[in-house]
Amino acid sequence: MFTPAAKAMAEKLGLKKGRANLEEFADTLQQLATADKNLVAVTSDSRGSGKLAPYGKALPKQIVEVGIAEQNLVGITAGLAACGKKAFGVSPSCFLTARSLEQIKNDVCYSNVPAVLVGISSGVSYGALGSTHHSLHDFAVLRAINNLTLIAPADNFETREAVKFAAAAKRPVFLRFGKAAMLDVIPAGTKFEAGQAITLREGKDVAFLASGETVIHALLAAAHLAEAGLSARVLSFHTIKPLDTAAVLAAGRECRAVVTVEEHMVHGGLGEAVAATLLAAGLAPRFKIVGLPDEDTVTGAQADIFRHYGISMEGLAETARGLLKT
Amino acid sequence: MTDQELTLKSFALRRRMLTLIHGAGAGHTGGGLSCLDILSLLYNRVLRITPETVDSPTRDRYVQSKGHCVEALYAVMADRGYFPDADLDTVCHYKSYYVGHPTRKIKGMEMNTGALGHGLPICLGMALAAKMDGDAFKVFTLLGDGELAEGSNWEAAMAAAHYKLDNLVAILDHNTLQITGHTKDVMSNEPLDEKWRAFGWEVRAVNGHDYAALTQAITTPHPGKPLFIIANTVKGKGVSFMENVGKWHHGVPSDAELAQALAELEAAEKKLKEAVA
Repeated sequence: MFTPAAKAMAEKLGLKKGRANLEEFADTLQQLATADKNLVAVTSDSRGSGKLAPYGKALPKQIVEVGIAEQNLVGITAGLAACGKKAFGVSPSCFLTARSLEQIKNDVCYSNVPAVLVGISSGVSYGALGSTHHSLHDFAVLRAINNLTLIAPADNFETREAVKFAAAAKRPVFLRFGKAAMLDVIPAGTKFEAGQAITLREGKDVAFLASGETVIHALLAAAHLAEAGLSARVLSFHTIKPLDTAAVLAAGRECRAVVTVEEHMVHGGLGEAVAATLLAAGLAPRFKIVGLPDEDTVTGAQADIFRHYGISMEGLAETARGLLKT
Repeated sequence: MTDQELTLKSFALRRRMLTLIHGAGAGHTGGGLSCLDILSLLYNRVLRITPETVDSPTRDRYVQSKGHCVEALYAVMADRGYFPDADLDTVCHYKSYYVGHPTRKIKGMEMNTGALGHGLPICLGMALAAKMDGDAFKVFTLLGDGELAEGSNWEAAMAAAHYKLDNLVAILDHNTLQITGHTKDVMSNEPLDEKWRAFGWEVRAVNGHDYAALTQAITTPHPGKPLFIIANTVKGKGVSFMENVGKWHHGVPSDAELAQALAELEAAEKKLKEAVA
């Protein structure tokens, strides 16, 4: 996943290796469902890829299999939620957010039922499988739908907290998970609040506003820059919507440059949300959106794709240095 | 309420539906008239729900998948007291909650529908919830002919039979017309009975304007299978110049057309009353 230098930096920072957010999600969901018989998972032949096979075995009455039929999955999840069930519809994000977008918009968000939709193997988790299996559009389309909380956790802690938040929510929630093992980037004792970014590092030269599985790379880049005497702020924007505009504006006011980082196309995601927030407040720091460009995405493992597009310790540090020079 | 009383009521409901569409300047006239008898039967005889029990967890659920025919539903629900009849004078007006499709902002509406092919999957989830919780409530939806071209219906058809949802009833308002013309010309969907039977459903075909036949079809148990009712209806039913005429799919009557339609319905009502007396 990392270059030797990045790996060494992670060790230097004492970051412990966790597991895939997807595995953390599945375990957390099973724990919650064991305690709450009203909780139901809905899967589209996706219990294996969603790491929910143990859940299915342990709680067979609390899982609904719909087959490979994502539109049906969202409609059923909405119907269950409308009748008082705490329903989690789980399907690969690429299919869930493209094929079933109208069901997300109408059955869940417009109808305002407390359903939870879980996009698994999101972003370029299925990197080598090609664009059919990439979800680089999901932030953009989901941000454009009213009445949805959209969360992309950075590590196992944020994942656990996001699942607990979603289970208790009275309104629609979308969670987005990848399948690579994550390092624990959020310090113990941190409070998780949906809609509030978590500050991982303070700094004044550049602010990295990152989301999901890119946060670790921003954190390493900040440490790398520190060795060269540059101070970098790092925030985990686990909640893409509603956006923590106060944290965005603070970064825009207090830092010379702002770099957003996301496992998403550069259009319509965190970066453009941050840009709009800054501009509306009359702030114009040196600015760069790091994501996947508007082109046929290169294929390979998630880590290969990240490196290719500069989502790495070295790539992000270089982006920051370039901005600060201008 | 007897079949005869339902028939007598249907004239007033049709008139109200037409006046509210006229007032709104928009609406789905032909389909509303074709499904109005089904809706009246559901709300006056079948559904175990009243304005007082709209929040009861064990109420029956009705989700109108062909949401564009909401005007007929508005007329039926206002008559049953879910909301004041005067509210219907605001349908489709600026800032009115009474928009051209069902929304949960209106008392008694279960879900926000209107995009086609959504009602059946939602109802499937509701029926599953009832089964999971051991509740006895039933779930009903109304589908349109043209709507059956949406693939999501067939995903749900498969799943409902897989889960043996005998608490789920889908009624097809089979008026054989859609916005472009005859369904058989736009996208043929026959033989519907064989298709739904092959998917594992109990299928019953009835005259969708015959309260007795509809009642029997809807209320006769169908153990181990979801129920699909092909309700054969007439688009524009009850108004001579609207019956089976495609342009009335979402045609709005002019002042003169409204007057003629109301006069026809009043005459028919008067004739029936005289016959009853």
